[in-house]
Amino acid sequence: MSFYGLVDGSDASLKSYLNNLSGVDQVGAEARAAMLATRSIKTSSKRWAIDTAITMVDLTTLEGADTPGKVKALCTKAVRPDPTDSSVPSVGAVCVYNDMVSVARTHLDLIGGQHVPVAAVSTAFPSGRASMAVKIQDTQDAIDAGAAEIDMVIDRGAFLAGRYIDVFNEIVQIKQVCGDKAHLKVIFETGELVTYDNVRKASFLAMAAGADFIKTSTGKVAPAATPPVVLVMLEAVRDFYEMTNTRIGVKPAGGIRNTKDAIKQLVLVNETVGPDWLNPKLFRIGASALLNDLLMQRMKMDEGYYSSPQYVTMD
Amino acid sequence: MSNRIDVKKTYKLYINGAFPRTESGRTYEVKSAKGAFVANPCLASRKDLRDAVVAARAAHAGWNKATAYNRGQILYRIAEMLEGRRAQFVDEIMQVTGVTKMKAEKEVTDSVDRLVWYAGWTDKIASLAGSTNPVAGPFYNFTIPESMGVVAAIAPETPSLLGFIDAVAPIITSGNTVVILASTKAPLSAMTFAEVLATSDLPHGVINILTGKKEEIAPWMASHMDIDALDISGLPAKLHAETKVAGAENLKRIHSFKSADPGRIIAFMEAKTVWHPIGL
Repeated sequence: MSFYGLVDGSDASLKSYLNNLSGVDQVGAEARAAMLATRSIKTSSKRWAIDTAITMVDLTTLEGADTPGKVKALCTKAVRPDPTDSSVPSVGAVCVYNDMVSVARTHLDLIGGQHVPVAAVSTAFPSGRASMAVKIQDTQDAIDAGAAEIDMVIDRGAFLAGRYIDVFNEIVQIKQVCGDKAHLKVIFETGELVTYDNVRKASFLAMAAGADFIKTSTGKVAPAATPPVVLVMLEAVRDFYEMTNTRIGVKPAGGIRNTKDAIKQLVLVNETVGPDWLNPKLFRIGASALLNDLLMQRMKMDEGYYSSPQYVTMD
Repeated sequence: MSNRIDVKKTYKLYINGAFPRTESGRTYEVKSAKGAFVANPCLASRKDLRDAVVAARAAHAGWNKATAYNRGQILYRIAEMLEGRRAQFVDEIMQVTGVTKMKAEKEVTDSVDRLVWYAGWTDKIASLAGSTNPVAGPFYNFTIPESMGVVAAIAPETPSLLGFIDAVAPIITSGNTVVILASTKAPLSAMTFAEVLATSDLPHGVINILTGKKEEIAPWMASHMDIDALDISGLPAKLHAETKVAGAENLKRIHSFKSADPGRIIAFMEAKTVWHPIGL
């Protein structure tokens, strides 16, 4: 494996690669994210942003109480988010636990949702505390069941202890399991990495190891996808593109509950990595409640009056 | 002490238990009866209304589930807090509306008494408006009135405190939550009343108060799909017809009242009928 020529797979080369990264200016990152959050997006731009955000939603249910019925209902909503309005696009993907992948894939195919991929959370999600053999089997199971996207968690314990090579090798191995059958998204759980420097380091580590996407959080830990964290990851993606000419995707997940938050994310993308990334192939939003708010805002723009949660489906 | 700088109060909105400024950043001028400047309250926009409705909707489940006894206690607590701040309310009413001290004091006394009166209704209204119905079958059949959800209201211009309380109290008595637009010319009593509410154990979001222009906010109240009913007692009569038309989309119940009576509570309740089998 070449790892874009950035590292040779040894501990020493990985350490020197990560140690050469510039640090993150915390105050600057927070100020820039806050400044971009004040952008006002209105009328036709807002309408475009809402529809684009809908196509980027990874409609997610990751509960211990998930039933096949709930997953099927979610799939139906993913294909046709507003049953009364066929002009609403399908979402980016359905994101479920491993054992629900076949339920989701079968149901999507049944209802004409062949274009909606199923993403599976993998490698002992959400904690990542399992042996490598279990993590590989977990990933293989999901791919065999029809998952086209794998959302893996990194071993935050190893990362925080400075054992970067362990994290790196894990991602490499999972990437090998994915092969060309599945896209690999690497979840950092930024709320547990504590500093922006760590987030930047983890981003470069995952991208060099072969991640197709880098993802902020599991949704189980707060804070999750805060705008400064997403900004730091987008800047990492931009710098990585300049170094390697490879476009890596970004997926903020957790805490993005309304249209305003989603549009703030789109502004961050546009201003940091440019409009190429305003595309579900390179930017996704992991969410569940967000979709209903996007639909309600869309109705408001069409009908001219504020809508109510009574007029969108329950999650 | 003559060179001490005045500490003047900023009149803000009351949404979800907090006192935010309007999202629009606008204010307007309130003048005393003699034309002198008094304050710059917020000129609320439709987005403040939207935020208030979100808060009211979120608060409904909890307030509706609270026992009638508990709602009565809290209404009584509001009366206690109001009683303790009589002087401030009397001053504000006199300053803005120009009435005599005696009249202003009577309005505050009536307001306190009215709150106590509504507090008493919380656990009695179901007996008044509900019934057991004779049916031809082995069933007990009950009709129970329940709260509707989120009710919006437009308070009358005057009396600025009593009229305000007559609008909000009957709505929350049954378990509804409310978004109310205060008197435009005399909003000070309503905003000071928000401080009373903030110290009365009233759950956040049950009462949300906006200040601003009726003709600007009323159409958005009428068309908002997440508002279940509307009290337009304080809206000029010439705007009633178009408000009712705008509210037809989600079959909003739109009422206007002239006096305080239990009918005001019942108007914002919905009858639910329950069939309970017996002898089986």
